[in-house]
Formats: sequence, C-alpha cells, structure tokens
Amino acid sequence: MNSVESILILARLTLREAAGRRLLWALVGLTALIVVLTWWAFSRISEVSPVSGPVQMLGVSQVTVMLAFMFSFVLAMTAVFAGSPAIGPDIENGLLLAMLARPIRRSEVMLGRWLGLAVVLVAYALAAGYLELGAVVLATGYAPADPLAAPLYLALEALILLTLAIVLSTRVASVAGGAIAVVAYGLAWMAGVMGGVGEAFNNDVLRWAGIVAKLILPSDVLWLGSAAALTPTDEVLRGGGLAEPALYKFSPFSGVSPSLPWLVWCAIWVVGALALGSLLLRQREL
Amino acid sequence: MTGSATGSGATLESGAAIATTRPAIETHELRKEFGRIVALAGLTMTVPQGEVFGFLGPNGAGKTTAVKLLLGLSRPTAGGGLVMGAPLGDVPVRRRIGYLPELFRYQGWMTAREVLALHCELARLPRAEWAPEIRAALELVGLVDRADWRTETFSKGMQQRLGLAVALLGRPELVVLDEPTSALDPVGRQDVRGIIGALRDRGTTVFLNSHLLTEVERVCDRVAIVERGRVVAELSMADITRERGVSVLVTGLDDGGVEVAARFGPARVDGEWLFVDRIPDAAVPELVSELVSLGGAIHAVVPTRQTLEERFLSLLGPAPETSDEDAPTASREARP
Repeated sequence: MNSVESILILARLTLREAAGRRLLWALVGLTALIVVLTWWAFSRISEVSPVSGPVQMLGVSQVTVMLAFMFSFVLAMTAVFAGSPAIGPDIENGLLLAMLARPIRRSEVMLGRWLGLAVVLVAYALAAGYLELGAVVLATGYAPADPLAAPLYLALEALILLTLAIVLSTRVASVAGGAIAVVAYGLAWMAGVMGGVGEAFNNDVLRWAGIVAKLILPSDVLWLGSAAALTPTDEVLRGGGLAEPALYKFSPFSGVSPSLPWLVWCAIWVVGALALGSLLLRQREL
Repeated sequence: MTGSATGSGATLESGAAIATTRPAIETHELRKEFGRIVALAGLTMTVPQGEVFGFLGPNGAGKTTAVKLLLGLSRPTAGGGLVMGAPLGDVPVRRRIGYLPELFRYQGWMTAREVLALHCELARLPRAEWAPEIRAALELVGLVDRADWRTETFSKGMQQRLGLAVALLGRPELVVLDEPTSALDPVGRQDVRGIIGALRDRGTTVFLNSHLLTEVERVCDRVAIVERGRVVAELSMADITRERGVSVLVTGLDDGGVEVAARFGPARVDGEWLFVDRIPDAAVPELVSELVSLGGAIHAVVPTRQTLEERFLSLLGPAPETSDEDAPTASREARP
C-alpha cells in the first residue's frame, strides 16, 4: 500500500513536470495542427478520386497506414526523448539524492516516473490517433477494419519504447540511452519487415529472425497490429471483387493482427524490463 | 563517550558522561569500496542523541560516503550500524531523519513552497501539517519573501537555505547536514549556527559533516575526526577548549630555557616566543620564575587555549609514510 502511494506521488510529480515544462502543451498544439492538416489532405484526395470501391479503399488505407507509420515514429521518438532522461540526470544533479533520503525506494521512484510518462504518452497517442482517424473517416468515408484498435496498438508500442528508454536511463547517460533506444526501435522495425518477407516467401531463416527480434523488442508486433487494423479486411476486398487480396496487401505497410500469446508476451516484456530496471537502479551508486 | 565507540584506530579522549538513551547513530567497522578504491576503511563511531556531532576530516577522508551509508543511499561493502535504532538502509526510519546533501538540486520548475510541499508529501506528513510546517521552515531559513519564486532563479546561497528548510520539515529527530554552510556568506553562516543551536535546544540530534573547523568549533558538542575512512579521534569540544597553554615573550635565554619549559608541558620556540601547551594554570608562576632564574627577561605572559584546528592538525598533520595499518599517527601513539 505504501509502495503504491509512493509510486503515485512520483507519477503525479512527473505529470506536473510534463505540464510545468510545457511538454503537454507542445503535444496538444502539434496534435491540433496535424489533425487539421490530415483532414485537409484527405479531403483533397477524395475530391480527386471518391472512395467508392475496394481499389480506392486499398489506396486510402495505404495512405492512412503511411500516416500512422509517421505517427508511430513520432510517438516512438517522443517516448524515447521523454524516457531516456527520466532517471540518469536526476542522479547526476543530486535531485534524486534529496528525494531518496525520504521513505521511498529507488524502484518506486522509477515506477512512478514510468507511470507518469506512460499516462502522458498513452493519453497523447489515443487522443491524437482517434482524432486523426476521425479526420480521415470524415474526409473520405473510408472505414478501416478496426479503427478502435489501431491507436491502441500505437499507444502500446510507445509504451514498450518508453519502458526501454527508462530502463536504459537507470544506467546509461541520457544521450547514449536515447540513441540506443532509437537504434533498437529501427532494427526491430526492419526485422519485422524481414520477418514479413520470410512469411511471404516461406523462408524459415527470415521468419525466425523476425520472431527472435520481436521477442527481444516486441514494438513491431504492435506496429503491425496497428497497420492491420487500418487496412480493409479480406472479406471487404473479396466482396468488392478483388480475387487475391493478400497479394494486394503485400507491401511494407501491410500488417498482421497480433495473436493473444504475442500480446501476453508484450505485457511480460514490460513487467520484466521494469523489474530489470529496478535491479539496475538499486545497484547503482548515487 | 559510549563504550561501543572503541573501534580499531580510534582514540577516546573524552571522559564525558555516558548517554543514557539509545544512541542516534552507531556504526561498527563500516566499510565501503568502489572497485579497488577503499572510500571508507572501517568506520566505528557512536553519536549520542540530542548532541550536535561534528564529523571532520580532510578532503577525501570518506565523510560524504559515510553520510550516504548512514542514510541508506549507498550499501556498505562490510560492517553495519543502527540509525535511530533501525539497521542501515531501513526505509520507514527515514521519516524521522532530515538530510541536506552536499551536492543537490531541487526541481527548478517548482517554487520553494512547492518543493517543500513535495517533501512534506514524501515524508508522509499529515496534510493538515503541511502549511504550518512549510511556513515555519521558510521563516527559519529566511526565505519567506522568495517562497513563490521558481527555485531555478535561486542563487547558490538561497538553494542552500532551501535545502536546510527541506531538511528541517516535520521536526526530524536526527538532522544530517553535509557541508551546510559551504555556499553561504558570513550572515548566512551565522544564521545556520543559530538554527543548529535551536535544533539542539529542542533535543534534535545534529550530524554535521564539515571541513570548516571554526564553524564546527562554534556549534558542536563533540567531534569525530576521520582520516582515510577511519575515526582517528573522538573528542568533546569541552575537553579541547579546557586544554590550556601559555605563550611567554622572553629574551636572554639559551636552549636550556626550552628544556626547562618542557618539564611543564610540550614546549616549542618561535622567534622570541616560547609556547608551552597543556600546562596547569597553577604552574605558570613557577615556569616564569624558573625562566627568570635562568637569566631570561620576561616581556609578556599570555594564556592560550587550544583550538580545534590545532588539535586537528596535531592529529592529522604529519602525512603517514607507510601503509595505512602501520601509519604512526598521533592517535595511535596515544592509544591506551
């Protein structure tokens, strides 16, 4: 109970810090701008070619997925830049020293930091994601396969990267930790593409490389889920007369809905990473 | 002086009364290594409750490491101890401890009042007590006018005052101050001395880590001197100031004068001044008449009192040339 209280104190402090340092306001302002631009751009597209059949649907879906990919990249960067200075600088400048002399554990500080930043990130990802998707639907009339799930997967992907950045920040300097997290994110995405290629051409080596990469950093599992949620379902495409929808869907922006075991693995990964972060922070000399 | 303070290498010079209550701090052979570097070799000491305890030593003696170990901010490599009756590293006991770190910073985007409120929350003070506690702390350190300024606009001295206010929140039973006056001007230092005096008056134990000997001398009841991570002496300030000496301005004497003076206490000559330490007051007239009988002309006789600095230098002055264990420091020569 005491631990929960300590974590909540730190989470509230982190939220106030995000507001105090104008991070929240920057995100809100940028989101509003992006939503307006999205609505305008998709209005232009539907003026040129109204979304009336599966081919146009597929076209709009690919543009939407591309937009989502850019958004997922922005989210990943936000998560890394918010997470990588979460612990290290506070140790170096003595801020943590004064706080840890109070009845609070290091792990509680780290978990509180994580929780506060997670709330900011998830709220931002969901609000911005749903608003953007709403703008697309409003401008084109296109309805993706699972519009509710897509921003949720993006939010969870950001959570994975935030966790990675915070765990790194317990031991690595912010700049180095941030760089490592960004590179890891990029590698995981490339491994996901390779895994997709392995799947399409039935190549076991590539398939397994993709699976191992996803086990190490499961961010791409969630990105692919988001992409799948934004593409029309096979049934819709077949009903519209496209004989081999899977062929049309093979592109770097094609997705795969994550299975339950993969979602469970994502949860285990986050919990395990936070446990590792606690251990690393506990052993660090202040 | 309590018996448990007899660690290896420690010299107990004081005969002060044994504390009747449990000590605020007691450590036994506390050791901290950073890789191959030994920061603290084996700290054994006892800090009685309600005293202002000075923790002195040259730079790099392991003072800040010791403070971090006492507060559970670092884990000892070996040894252990109790702080307010709880083992080192205990979390709940930190509610009863206030701490001013040597190098610290508070959230720059917060005002002084918000920083204090955060620490009230972290210290789990009942919410009804926050406002009066914060007001009292701000008044005590003289920051009432700046309470609603962001701390990033504070000077180093104001930061240190804020740090002191944070350490005093919630009337802690033990206050640990790591170099509390290092950034303060003379007025600020005097204020801090006043605050420490007020803490002593209300029965708070103060553990003062400092290298400013004159500061320590003015406020402490007792001091421990550490060198190379060991306590080389624990002294009561009353004992130090009780040790008197005499300076005699004398002419017309040869080397025999010093030999005669040495019978009264450790003696040395500097120009025309003859210094004799630890000489009883009653023996001064006899010393003077002996010097006169040797043909000396006495121009002045000035009673002197040993300062903490002199004692500090007499203990730590000659740098040991051999290994730590064999170092012929003054304390080891004096060990019973």
